[in-house]
Formats: sequence, C-alpha cells, structure tokens
Amino acid sequence: MTDASVPQNVAPPPAEVEDVELYHAHSWITKYVFCQDAKVIAIQYAGTAITVGILALVLSWVIRLQLAFPGAIPFIDAQVYYQSVTMHGMIMVVYMLTAIFLGGFGNYLIPLMVGARDMVFPYVNMLSYWVYLIATLVLVASYFFPGGPTGAGWTLYPPQSILTGTPGHEWGIILMLVSLVLFIVGFTMGGLNYIVTVLQARTRGMTLMRMPLTVWGIFAAAVMALLAFPGLFVAGVMLLLDRTLGTSFFVPSIVELGEHKEYVGGSPILFQHLFWFFGHPEVYIVALPAFGIVSDLISVHARKNIFGYRMMVWAIIAIGVLSMVVWGHHMYVSGMDPWFGFFFAVTTLAIAVPTALKVYNWVLTLWHADIHFTTPMLFALGFLVTFVNGGITGLYLGNVIVDVPLSATLFVVAHFHMVMGIAPVLVIFGAIYHWFPKITGRMMDERLGKIHFWITFLGAYAIFFPMHYLGVLGMPRRFYEMGETAFVPASAATLNIVITIIALAVGFAQAIFFYNLFKSLKYGAPAGGNPWRAASLEWQTPETPPGHGNWGKQLPVVYRWPYAYSVPGAPEDYLPQNAPPVRGERSP
Amino acid sequence: MTAEHVSTEHVTTEPTLRSRALGVIADWSSDQRSFKSASWGKAMMWIFLVSDTFVFSCFLISYMTVRMSTTVEWPHPSEIFALDIGGKKIPLILIAIMTFDLITSSGTMAMAVNFAYARQRKKAAILMLVTAFFGAAFVGMQAFEWSKLIHEGVRPWGNPFGAAQFGSSFFMITGFHGFHVSVGVIFLLLIARAVWRGDYDVGRRGFFTSRKGRYEIVEIMGLYWHFVDLVWVFIFAFFYLW
Repeated sequence: MTDASVPQNVAPPPAEVEDVELYHAHSWITKYVFCQDAKVIAIQYAGTAITVGILALVLSWVIRLQLAFPGAIPFIDAQVYYQSVTMHGMIMVVYMLTAIFLGGFGNYLIPLMVGARDMVFPYVNMLSYWVYLIATLVLVASYFFPGGPTGAGWTLYPPQSILTGTPGHEWGIILMLVSLVLFIVGFTMGGLNYIVTVLQARTRGMTLMRMPLTVWGIFAAAVMALLAFPGLFVAGVMLLLDRTLGTSFFVPSIVELGEHKEYVGGSPILFQHLFWFFGHPEVYIVALPAFGIVSDLISVHARKNIFGYRMMVWAIIAIGVLSMVVWGHHMYVSGMDPWFGFFFAVTTLAIAVPTALKVYNWVLTLWHADIHFTTPMLFALGFLVTFVNGGITGLYLGNVIVDVPLSATLFVVAHFHMVMGIAPVLVIFGAIYHWFPKITGRMMDERLGKIHFWITFLGAYAIFFPMHYLGVLGMPRRFYEMGETAFVPASAATLNIVITIIALAVGFAQAIFFYNLFKSLKYGAPAGGNPWRAASLEWQTPETPPGHGNWGKQLPVVYRWPYAYSVPGAPEDYLPQNAPPVRGERSP
Repeated sequence: MTAEHVSTEHVTTEPTLRSRALGVIADWSSDQRSFKSASWGKAMMWIFLVSDTFVFSCFLISYMTVRMSTTVEWPHPSEIFALDIGGKKIPLILIAIMTFDLITSSGTMAMAVNFAYARQRKKAAILMLVTAFFGAAFVGMQAFEWSKLIHEGVRPWGNPFGAAQFGSSFFMITGFHGFHVSVGVIFLLLIARAVWRGDYDVGRRGFFTSRKGRYEIVEIMGLYWHFVDLVWVFIFAFFYLW
C-alpha cells in the first residue's frame, strides 16, 4: 500500500515487458483505411459516430416538428414519427454516444495517456471499427427496405415491436436487431483492447493510481459494457428468433387484428429485464467517460490538482458496481413485486452518494482555483450544472411512488436528455476543443467556440427545462398527437411550439462547430505540443500530432500523477508526468 | 493510542483482513502491469471469458424463466433425450457420451499445452488434432441429436411433447454452445498447423495479422476450450438433468 506521506516520485523500476514490435503500414490503404493505429481508428470511430449523430439530430427535428405543428407537415405521418423516435433514440444512445466515448476518445487517449505505443491488439482493434461500421450501415439500411425502419421505440418492447401495426415490423426490426448484435460483437473486440491496455500495457511508473481520471472513466465504462452488453445480445438474439422463426420467448398467447397468433406462453417482462440489465449500465457507460474527461478538463483549465483523486477513482468504481443492480427502476410500472421496487429504489438512490461526491470534488477543485474560461472549461462547467440538474430529477424518478405518475411522460424525456443527452454531449464538445490541438497540431477558434457554447448550453436548457413542466402536466411521451385532451391546457401547445423553434435553431447552430472544426483543421493557429500547459502524458509526445508508435525511440517514464499543477518550487506552474522529480516535491 | 497498543500491533505478524485487502489493491494498482504473470493475450482471453460467461448466464437464466413461466407441461428430459438401443429406451445415453467426449478433449488439450511449452511440436500438434477431433465429434453428435428431435417433430416454435419453449431454448442454447465448439475446432486446426510447421520457432508471420505468434497461443486456446467445456457442464445440468 502506498503511503501518501512518503514521496514516491523516485526512479521507477525497470520495464517488465519489452518494447512492442509495431506493424508498419506500407500503403495508403493500410495507413488510412484498414489502419491498425489506434489514433486513426479513433478518428474513424468518431467520424462515423458524429455522422450518424447528425442523422439522429435531424430525426429529432422531425419529432419536434410533429409535436409543435401536428399534421401540418405533409411527410410526417404517424409511421414516420414513430420511426424517427425509435431511430433517434437508438442511434444517439448506442451508435453515437457509446461509440464516440469508447471507440473515439478511448482509442485516441488510452494509449497516449498510459504511455503505450498502441492498443495491445491493434489488429483486433481495427476489426472492431469495421464491425461497428457494418452495424451502422445495417441500421441505416433499414430506411431502404420495405416498411422502413422499426418504430417500436428505442426500448423495442415485445410483443408490439414484432407484430403488425408497428412500423417496420417487416424488415426494420430484423435489421435493428442484427445491427445491435453486430455492434456488440464489434464493441467486445474494442472493449477487450481498452481493458487490457489499461491493465497490462502501462509505461514505467504509471501505476493505476497515477492514471488520469479520463482513463479511469473509460476503463470502468469498458468493463461495465463487457458485462452489460450480454443482456442486450441475448435479448436481441431471442427477439430475432421470435420474429423470424416464430419462437415464443417473449410473446404470450395473443390476438392481433382479430387473428389469434401462434405465439404461446412467452414472457414480455423477461425482455424488459434483459434489456434494462443492459440499458441502465449503458447510462453509466456513457456517463463515466464523461465524468473522467470533465475531471481532467477542470483540473487543467483551473490550474489545480483534482480534489480528492482517490475518492474520485473509488466513486467511479462504486458507481460502476451499483449501476449493475438498479435496472428495475425502469420497470416500476411493469407490475413488479413491491419488495423489488423497494430494493431497486434503494440501490438507485444509493448511487446518488458517490455521484454527489464527484460533484463536490469538482466544485472543490474549482474553489480558489486559477480558472481560465477557455472553451473546454466552459463546456466542463456547463456539464456540471446540467448534470446536477438531470441528476436531481433522477431522484424523483428513482422513487417508486413519484415515478408511477411521472412514468412515460415528458418529465422522463427531460430527465434523461439532461443527464445522459446534453451533459455527455457538452463533454464531447469540450473534449474536442481540448484535444483538437493534440490531434491536428492546430488550435480551434476560441471566439467561435464560445459562441457555440453559449448557444448550445442556453439552448439546451430552453429546450429541456420546459419539458419538465409539460411532463408534470401529464403530457405523455411518444404520442403522435394529443388531439383534444382535457387535462392538457392550450398553453402546452404554445410551449411545444417554442421548444421546437429553439430546437431547430440550436440544431442548425451546430454548423458553427463544424465550420470551426474544418476551418481550424487548415487555418487554425499552430498549437505547439502543449498549448494548455497540461501535465498528463498525452501532451508530452515528441511529435504533435503524435507519430506512429506515439513516443519515438524511448517510452516515457512517469514520476508523478497527472495533476501536478501549481507545484511549489517547480519552474513552471505545472510538472509534466514524465519530468524528473524536483527537490522537495511530494506529488503522489 | 497508548504505547502498549503500538507495541502489540508491531509484534503481530498475522495479516489482518484489512492488510490483506490493501495488499490486493496495492498489487493490482502497481507499476506497469496489474496481473504480473499474465501476458497481454492471456489477460485478454480471461476477460473475454468473463464477458462470455455473462452471455451464457443470460441465455440460461432466460431459459429458466420461460420454463417457469410457460403454462404448458415441460417435456420430460429423461424420456425425450432417450435413445432406442436394442429395443430398449436408454435415457440420456447420448448426452452422457457427448459429455464424456468433451471432457476427454479437455484432457488432451491440457496435454497439448504441456508439450507445446516443452517445444515438442509434433506431440503438441497431434494432441491438438485429437482435441479438434473430439470437438468435431461432439458437434457431430449434437447434429445427430438435433436431427433426431427434428424428426420427432420438435421445432423452435413448437413440439408434440409439451411447451413450445422447450424446442426454442434447446435449439438456441445448444446451438450457441455448438457454435462455440465449432469456432474452437477451427482455431485448433489452424494453431495445430502452425505448431506442426514450427511457425513459432522461425517467427513466421500470420496471414491476416502480419505478426509473429508464440507458443503461448496454445495455452490461450486451451483457456477457451476449457471454458466451452465448463459451460457445457452447466447446460448439461440445467437442461438435461432438471
């Protein structure tokens, strides 16, 4: 056990594993297309994820237009509406957020941050991306099949998801399930890489407790994903068999359109259990990398070490463990035994403890810090408030008695968009502004970045804050149109119009970000190796952008944790992880 | 704390639960590698097997759930899995042979690992081929069992003996396990060829990966093979003996 009072930044022990032999690409194809370098794979992952993310953004406009102006837009009928709801949800959660955090940031940052030359199995890593791409293509292909994509809602609850009457029951649902199974296969290949790289391929001196919290977050998320995705895999396979072979895993004896179907004796609740055994950890698979990245952004741009590093690590682990046993809170209205409801409510509310601990530590990091309001910092602070906001409504929904009336209303939509939609997306933007200089060697435009931040941040609040109110009014989610509903006042329709107009504006405003991205790629100011004066290892590469193999001839040697900011006696206000120890230094 | 306390603590050499726990954490979070004796490949296979355990667990728990929730009688395993041999119905005889076959293959696999590390290439390769043969025989017997049941009218969507979920779960779970065995057989054959040729001695590069392999791959293959074996024991217990 390491004792905090004893300085440990002495020369680390010799290397335990000999330096790896890298695969060197010989042609353009193996360098940029079928590439085994984690950095290129990261860009491929992120590019694909952002592309389908834009598709999902456009789909959200379809949903909003219908809610604001029911029936006014000719091409949005009930079928298109439900298909948009489904595809928007599934793409955003799985194909965008999961892929960009683990496949994108994980691939780029893990090897650089732990001081490795590449992932441990670059070939498998490459396969992971290509299987992910195929999964994405299969999903999008459902638009071109008879009946279009499935409109079952992203939860895909049987029996309705596979019966006639649900849009896309012909091909859409089959392609959706095949795509999910492929995604899981691809993800497993990547996830194994991330985990083994973190556990076994760290450079000299890089103990687990010296890793940046970004790596901790991504690592914990990858572990959870490997344990949670099996639930979705099995649910997907069984639903696929129900749909194609006519097995009755999930479908009970049922009459459909006056015809008694051949299904008999299945259990729809089983699907819900399997789905949410995946579905709830999935929230934290997205949130934990965001937690980690935000810790690093705050620390770097506030020039101060993260407050309570060990506590932060244990909080990540505690959240990861707890989140595996809370899935039932998505099923309070499924008629579960009250004792189960009690159990799941207790575990759900218990997650608030480590989560609140993290929030306090972020705030305490900012306390008396030298805060630089750069674009990444603004996004990090935006994440903090948004996450607290979404987290607090989570306390409402975690309680059975409050959840029952709020279930399936826009309150739920507002809650999860705040906590796992907007909050992680703010982190993604912040992370791109932060690491863009390392990836390209050029800075992004700060002025455009700040405009982008304020529009996105205030806009997101303007969109989702009123939704809480609509939800409390009792406005149900996923309804194609409300018609004449006694308990919904006319003002709700006005509010819906306002939300939609803001949503369209905020959506289009993302063009500022993409303009900034592409402009800076070519015309951005040269960044140098370490523009933020950050201490963690990825900023200490000999080349920027990092070359093949990351570290040139010699792997770096690590002497301290990545949060050595404002160290007394140091020549600058930060000490890179690989700088030799200074006299009297007591960094962990 | 009094001085007396300190001295007694000092004398105690017996590790406490706390010191043990802290020791584990210190080992895990130590420099460079968390598992000091495991290579990257071995660590990856172990972690993959943990994930795969969750997949099989989800399948088996789902099977148990539908078996309990269906309202129709479940077919009796000792009757439906019986074979007619010499005019007598012998219950579970085929499954007994299949289980014996697979467990035997685990034995030959373990011997292959031993010989591979001793650099006795021919012996290791032959034992891997024997393992692959047992694996293929297992899949063959499974195909026989499937065809027998299909012949008797068992389908994924229903059967004449009782609950429709019997056929669904049976084909899905044994099929998924059989798929694992088949993949294992393919990799056994590939690795056996590489061992036989001495690829790992001369540093020949892989066709797809362009990387040199090591004899350790035999042991990693063995980990997978024993796992598939172990899973079968659970399927055997939950599906055939329940």
